[in-house]
Amino acid sequence: MTDKVTIEIDGRTCEAQPGEMIIAAADREGIVIPRFCYHKKLSIAANCRMCLVEVEQNGRPFPKPLPACATPIAAGMRVQTRSAKALEAQRGTMEFLLINHPLDCPICDQGGECELQDVAMGYGDDLSRYSEGKRVVLDEDLGPLIATDMTRCIHCTRCVRFGAEIAGVRELGATGRGEDMRIGTYVGHTVAHELSGNVIDLCPVGALTAKPSRFQARAWELRTVPGVAPHDALGANIELHVRRGRVIRIHPRDNEAVNETWLADRDRFSYAGLYSDDRLCEPMVKRDGEWHPLPWADALRLAATGLAARAQSDAAAVGLLMSPSATLEEMYLAQKLMRALGVANLDHRLRQQDCRSDAADPALPWLGVPIAEVERQAALLLIGTDLRQEQPLLAHRVRKAALAGASVTLVNPYRLDLTFANRQFVADPAAMLLELAAIAKALGGAAKEAGGAVADLIGMAKANAGHKETAKQLRAAGKQGAGLILLGALAAAHPDYSLLKALAYRIATASGARVGFLPAGANGVGAHLAGLVPHRGPGGAPLAAPGLAAAAMLAAPRRAYLLWGLEPDRDLADPAQAQRALAGAELVVAATSFRTPALEALADILLPIAAFAETSGTFVNAAGTWQGFAGAVVPPGEARPGWKVLRVLGNELGLAGFEQTSSAEVLAELRAAGGEATPDNAPAGDPEAIAPVPAPVSAERPDLWRIGNLPIYAIDPLVRRAPALRHTPLGEGLAVRLHPEEAAARGLADGDAVLVAQGEARATSRVVLDAAVARGCARIPSGVPGSESLGASIAPVTLEKV
Amino acid sequence: MGFRDTPAGAAPSPADPQRDKGQLFTPEIRAAIDRAIAQYPPEWRQSAVMPALTLVQEHNGGWLSRELMDDVAAYLDMPAIAVYEVASFYSMYDLEPVGRHKVCVCNSVSCMLNGSEDLIGHVTDKYGVRPGETTPDGRFTLKEVECLGACRHAPAVLVGKTYHECLTPQALDRLIEDLE
Ligand code: SF4
Ligand code: FES
Ligand code: FES
Repeated sequence: MTDKVTIEIDGRTCEAQPGEMIIAAADREGIVIPRFCYHKKLSIAANCRMCLVEVEQNGRPFPKPLPACATPIAAGMRVQTRSAKALEAQRGTMEFLLINHPLDCPICDQGGECELQDVAMGYGDDLSRYSEGKRVVLDEDLGPLIATDMTRCIHCTRCVRFGAEIAGVRELGATGRGEDMRIGTYVGHTVAHELSGNVIDLCPVGALTAKPSRFQARAWELRTVPGVAPHDALGANIELHVRRGRVIRIHPRDNEAVNETWLADRDRFSYAGLYSDDRLCEPMVKRDGEWHPLPWADALRLAATGLAARAQSDAAAVGLLMSPSATLEEMYLAQKLMRALGVANLDHRLRQQDCRSDAADPALPWLGVPIAEVERQAALLLIGTDLRQEQPLLAHRVRKAALAGASVTLVNPYRLDLTFANRQFVADPAAMLLELAAIAKALGGAAKEAGGAVADLIGMAKANAGHKETAKQLRAAGKQGAGLILLGALAAAHPDYSLLKALAYRIATASGARVGFLPAGANGVGAHLAGLVPHRGPGGAPLAAPGLAAAAMLAAPRRAYLLWGLEPDRDLADPAQAQRALAGAELVVAATSFRTPALEALADILLPIAAFAETSGTFVNAAGTWQGFAGAVVPPGEARPGWKVLRVLGNELGLAGFEQTSSAEVLAELRAAGGEATPDNAPAGDPEAIAPVPAPVSAERPDLWRIGNLPIYAIDPLVRRAPALRHTPLGEGLAVRLHPEEAAARGLADGDAVLVAQGEARATSRVVLDAAVARGCARIPSGVPGSESLGASIAPVTLEKV
Repeated sequence: MGFRDTPAGAAPSPADPQRDKGQLFTPEIRAAIDRAIAQYPPEWRQSAVMPALTLVQEHNGGWLSRELMDDVAAYLDMPAIAVYEVASFYSMYDLEPVGRHKVCVCNSVSCMLNGSEDLIGHVTDKYGVRPGETTPDGRFTLKEVECLGACRHAPAVLVGKTYHECLTPQALDRLIEDLE
């Protein structure tokens, strides 16, 4: 069936699949056919007619030119893209397309990189024969990310098809008819989708352009530096466009294995955070409550002597907390430095409360399949993940799987608004365990020799038709090796994460599906490879004397802390507890790109480190792919790349093995130290032997649970500082979201002010009714302004009307 | 462009699967839309969008508000924008309040060649309404529409649901005079 046929394009003989469109074959051959509406990732609309070519088959010419984007290839075709007839047709189309176009290139942001401009140069006339009035289309405000100039629109409908086919939400449409046709939302609302910025790339003209970088630079003034996006475990490939040492904008770089041709808005627009007013530009030390700048050498000496003194007297009294979005090089050097000082307390799992299964966990957890394989799964079970918010482009792969017929089941504390068919079990955190146990039960996983929490849960659970259906689908998919169970950030923040994992493994064993993890940050897999966990060294080597995990280091305060790339009031599982622990410490050294009130209050020494785009390094994505990048711009002021800071700190401490002269050397050392090990989700021990084995934490069944999800634009210090993202509908702030019935039962109404209390931790906020939230839960996000004074993200909470 | 009865810039109500379809429209309209839906395979519910809009418009004094289009979207499980596209494309849907009658003059090519411009000019002069406008007494709305499919007897005018063909300005006048 897939026998290739031979055709001829512009005299060149080439092979093609029968049924493939002429334009696709020509693109492969490097033969340029002008086009506007065709896009390789979108359906074929064939509405612009720019791609007209002359075709003959077996010597019989087609009477009229044919659109190359919509003409399937058949044996014996001869295509001419530049014959007199083809060129005439293309010129004619061009003339029509320009009739209503304003020809305002000099004041258009797209000028210089505009498909219409380019094609008009090739096919347009110097002078227009059209002297009638031109159409004018009023603009719509599509929100803070996309600028519109709809008079320039040529109705290619790429943006409309993007919404329908890729985003899965149709926001833009073509309304009106003929002369009155226009592209817009028709009702003037802000476009609210986590991938919306892609229409900027798709739009072949200057109708849709990037608002934050509008009029900042001309395309030809920009230097392009390849990079890797720093916000999720996908590691989307990007191009940074730089002018005079400043990142002007970010575009996607095609990589079929990672981001295809897309980019999430978070990765596209977060660069604005680099230029926030609170960048830390010089080392600072606090003396008698006052902050003073000081030279690097002095700052590092102070930090080194302070840390060394505490480590010498009691290494267990020192701890390192590092962002999961730090580079591999930083992670490796940081753990090397700490361990050389004898410090074993180090971790990157900043939002994980439950580390009871560390010993049994896989040494090097990862996604479980290559990213492109996600779309080829037949059944997916997603546990504790707000998928679109956590991993926007991975959500697109899951959507593709679902569109191809995969069954997708989710177990979450609130219902997700998804763009594909799915089955959702929405339950409070304790009941989430029972939902999973019910699926395990439906798979016949009840009887296992010993008792234990997992067996008890399965014993208690009742499988309903939905659980049975999911079980059946997972088993059928497992048989073909196409079943995948993924644990996300809400699972990792769950007080019984170890039980969720044990249940996931139970289900996997019984169904033949694989287990995978959605890693935190940009480099969660890299953190494990680098040995940035308390119980394993580089390459996942087990340690005889494990240290404390992040949660434990803060629950039982240490004397000294090194914080790396994080804000203690926003990036830790329990900000109230963390701030208490840090306030009580003798020494807090914070390496940070931003100078925040919380750091000023809690730290003693601030070391300015380079942020994203300012340092070279490597991220290992969810699929275990190492993606290296160079610095695109110079860090501001005295800020320095993190790996260099750690290296000099190592020298200052008199430690051996800190002589690297480039990040590449650090990387080579990590590879040699076992960093090249392949990630593997096989558990290192019995996942059900959770020590100690009390009743599940969540069995206490509190009256009300806080679900402290991390909104898409609150996940890390950089993205929180991008104003454009914050002002989109997805940039949510603090609120107490309750199911209407839950609110009514508590005598609360929409808009009521409430005092939120988690033990001693308190905050005030307002009630928002939201039927998506499970009964028994209040969704009160973490990482957003106002959440700093609260406790653990998934934990009991009380509400009191004020 | 723009809609009546909707605060400007408000977010649209997306096709919300949670919305209770049993609460939309009246039981009679629902039954009629359901009959239209039944004409198509079950997965093509959306094919009933045109009859549904027609029904809803008839029960709303001849025009569609944005809320009604949103309701149709919810009822047919389709994105609201897809309903706006249909409603704004066809000239038989009105998105602004209209008069008691609609006088729809075809101005596509056959009718135009046979004098439809004169018909429009005549009505505009005599009753003071341009295409798209309603007489001050609310008696009728003058509309210029695309080909009515009656080219053979052009120029054609649709008044309410009745076709009138081979019209002269005088003949059209008589039709208008007869309107309540
Ligand atoms: S706005 Fe741009 S992408 Fe959308 S239809 Fe117009 S030209 Fe095409
Ligand atoms: S690219 Fe072929 S018709 Fe538009
Ligand atoms: S052109 Fe008027 S009916 Fe066809």
